[in-house]
Amino acid sequence: MSIDTVSQAEQTPDRSQPFAELGLKADEYERIREILERRPTSSELAMYSVMWSEHCSYKSSKVHLKQFGDKAPKTDKLLVGIGENAGVVDIGQGWAVTFKVESHNHPSYVEPYQGAATGIGGIVRDIIAMGARPLAIMDPLRFGPADAADTLRVLPGIVSGIGGYGNCLGLPNIGGEIIFDESYAGNPLVNALCIGAMRHNEIHLASAKGVGNLVVLYGARTGGDGIGGVSVLASETFDADSPAKRPSVQVGDPFMEKLLIEATLEVLHGGLVEGIQDLGGAGISCATSELASNGDGGMHVWLDRVLLRDATLTPEEILMSESQERMCAVVAPGNIDAFMKIIQKWDVEAVVIGEVTNSGRLTVDWHGERIVDVPPRTVAHEGPIYERPYARPDWQDALQADVPTPERLARPVNASQMRMTLLKMLASPNLASKSWVTDQFDRYVLGNTVLAQPEDAGMVRIDEESGLGVAISTDCNGRFTKLDPYTGTQLALAESYRNVCASGAEPLAVTNCLNFGSPEDPDVMWQFAEATRGLADGCLQLGIPVTGGNVSFYNQTGTTAILPTPVVGVLGVIQNVELRTPIAWKNDGELIFVLGDTRDEFAGSEWANHMHQHLGGLPPKVDLERERSLGEVLVTGSREGILSAAHDVSDGGIVQVIVEMALNSGIGAIITIPEGMDRFTFLFSESAGRAVVAVSPNEVQRFFALCAAKELPVTQIGIVDSTAGFASQTQVVKIADMFTLTFAELYEAHTKTLPALFA
Amino acid sequence: MRIGVVTFPGSLDDRDAARAVRLAGGEAVALWHGDADLKKVDAVILPGGFSYGDYLRCGAISRFAPVMSEVVAAANGGLPVLGICNGFQILCESHLLPGALTRNENLHFICRDQKLRIEDTNSSWTSSYTSGQEIIVPLKNGEGCFVADEKTLDQLVGEGRVIARYLDVNPNGSLRDIAGIRNSRGNVVGLMPHPEHAVEQLTGPTTDGLGFFTSILTSMVNS
Repeated sequence: MSIDTVSQAEQTPDRSQPFAELGLKADEYERIREILERRPTSSELAMYSVMWSEHCSYKSSKVHLKQFGDKAPKTDKLLVGIGENAGVVDIGQGWAVTFKVESHNHPSYVEPYQGAATGIGGIVRDIIAMGARPLAIMDPLRFGPADAADTLRVLPGIVSGIGGYGNCLGLPNIGGEIIFDESYAGNPLVNALCIGAMRHNEIHLASAKGVGNLVVLYGARTGGDGIGGVSVLASETFDADSPAKRPSVQVGDPFMEKLLIEATLEVLHGGLVEGIQDLGGAGISCATSELASNGDGGMHVWLDRVLLRDATLTPEEILMSESQERMCAVVAPGNIDAFMKIIQKWDVEAVVIGEVTNSGRLTVDWHGERIVDVPPRTVAHEGPIYERPYARPDWQDALQADVPTPERLARPVNASQMRMTLLKMLASPNLASKSWVTDQFDRYVLGNTVLAQPEDAGMVRIDEESGLGVAISTDCNGRFTKLDPYTGTQLALAESYRNVCASGAEPLAVTNCLNFGSPEDPDVMWQFAEATRGLADGCLQLGIPVTGGNVSFYNQTGTTAILPTPVVGVLGVIQNVELRTPIAWKNDGELIFVLGDTRDEFAGSEWANHMHQHLGGLPPKVDLERERSLGEVLVTGSREGILSAAHDVSDGGIVQVIVEMALNSGIGAIITIPEGMDRFTFLFSESAGRAVVAVSPNEVQRFFALCAAKELPVTQIGIVDSTAGFASQTQVVKIADMFTLTFAELYEAHTKTLPALFA
Repeated sequence: MRIGVVTFPGSLDDRDAARAVRLAGGEAVALWHGDADLKKVDAVILPGGFSYGDYLRCGAISRFAPVMSEVVAAANGGLPVLGICNGFQILCESHLLPGALTRNENLHFICRDQKLRIEDTNSSWTSSYTSGQEIIVPLKNGEGCFVADEKTLDQLVGEGRVIARYLDVNPNGSLRDIAGIRNSRGNVVGLMPHPEHAVEQLTGPTTDGLGFFTSILTSMVNS
């Protein structure tokens, strides 16, 4: 086996190279030749191919993502913005928080357990690379129909993978989403979010500065797992029987990750690190080129020093391997002994693989021979950028014209029909209790979880002395986004914002995970363009910046794309977590109100979806100024102790919310329907900008004054009443003069669906 | 009162156990798995987690940690030791307690608020409770199914060494609904559920778990 060196590349300019098999276009390959003024070596070709992939380079999305910076609202809360491993937000009292969500969709489809597990591993390393201690995780998930055969294959594996990795890592899982839709049948979405906290002076960045500083690779050994296109390169370049094709899904080891967290935080806090980067997609290629590109511009790597799990790996494979649980640190020579001592204390292996230079080049040697000599920026940051063509799909008008009027979709008209509709909806996979899933995740570890599923937002305490904490929620109704990507994305933002406010926290920043079909399809690209425009405009209007995010394209089966799914995560801060607002009301006699306006809005609703398998019309109206006023009432109401409970109204409408609040509190309620309001619309509409709250009679005057000050419509819709079912000696929810449901019936409907399907 | 909390590689609930000790009024002392040194503590807690990644068998590697030879010797001399979850597994692997913890009956990891009945208040860690008291604390485990041979089970029950039982739901298939046991002397207790997660109303389902930590402080004052 011969190694393709730089000097060989110079001598054999015409050797044919498998760039197409590695996913590079002919013009991209030509550009590499222009940059290098020669053909790339096979190692260089491998590096460029992975770093210029859609996943690493954002080449199709960059022109649209720019808006998040261009339209960013003015804020002094952002300590580190887009572009680093994760954005960092100032939450006061000297604390900073970093958070990010990333996709691991395709690996999770191929190998559900490991795909989901390593999705968590990757996002957690992004957070520790910023210098933060990870506090909690969340998983927004999308699956095909709940009863589809493949859902039965992927869902239990993904749930076990999240639990198996997250539980073993000691991070509480505080929320997320589980949504079922036909469009995800061949392409489930597994997004993973992590949040971490640090003191302001503990922020670290991924840059290799200081000539002579050492580049240390530590953590798990490098193996042959997670090598995608490189096996193509290897088999094309070398004799066919040398390296075996290896699985392209990585295998996670949460125990190593836990050691990596503790060891990394200890070296960071010891002031022993100049720059740090995690190894995720594109492995050593990515870490070394990004560190060099962000730093003084040069780095030299002795690749043969890398500790291997498999001694037969070729240099190309080592450069590309996506073996998990590895980190790369830049350490001053004077600190290296202290650094190594801490790493060893945690039983982690480490080796110096390179040093920072002022050459302006990233050079890599393999047993004394030069195999890579490139300008690092051209690998890491100056990849191709595409202005993909996009156009409003020709089917969009017809979709929007198919409005779910009462003539088009039959609505329940009498009490017994409404009762049956409610029970069917409660039991629908999308609205049913998710506790069968979330009970497989540890929500208690670290002892700071204040709110977790099924609350509107997850909330963790950060400072035990002051009670300072953060709340986070992720949301997206992909049906709304399909009907109108611009509005649908703003609705996702609005819902996430509302959820955070409902918990009592003040929204500060936004992250996102933009899951779409193929960017080469102009229909999909239009959805993407509209979604990013909607999100950027929405964040500007709400005054909260996007701090980072992730794009996942090519989520489709054949030519059919998934519902456009821009998952939006909103982070909020709460000064004292003792004042949080839960979804469960507390006491008999509390008054129940709905805040906001309820309109006849059923397009994209869970009712249209579940009862009629219908998707058409225009999504609910979005009014971000209204969302802001609602948010202010919810946050102030929490801070001043006015609200006993609050719950955002979204999927399933008001009646779903009432049932969840009742079941979580264990106390029943009597609901009245506001005068002049259509009963069905009142119960099931999914109008945005609403929340249901419970207020103690003593607080009603202050509550009204608060709503009036914000000009927020408020309507009383019931009272918490444990005696409504006195005759049956059980708690009930009584809906006006229409029907009464016992808790036993509600539990039966709400909690049996998922266990029946998956247990 | 100095209560040592051991950190093994992969320990997860060590911070929580230390917090519980503090909230109960004691001083938590960090102990390191690699140091054969108990730092003159008055009692030791082996916290929950996945020490050594649960590789080989839960607790099987940790029992060989340098700190464990000290813990075993001291426990045999009467030092109070509480093993929670993974700590319980380590105590069984170390033969300080009989039986073993195996995979949950339903094969899933389970996290739930679990009702328990305190069966025995004669141990160093349960004296603050009243016999028969019902408490709710979080349970979270994948391998929490307590098993032992019939003779051992009869002996545990006969000698009053079952300290807590699962009520309403047996979440993991543990024989005779056993959630926790003690040694004959009463200084060593193993418990599968997590009392350290039920010490603050804010973050736990109840504060029922605090009793384990006040028990040890009280019993040491009395002794």
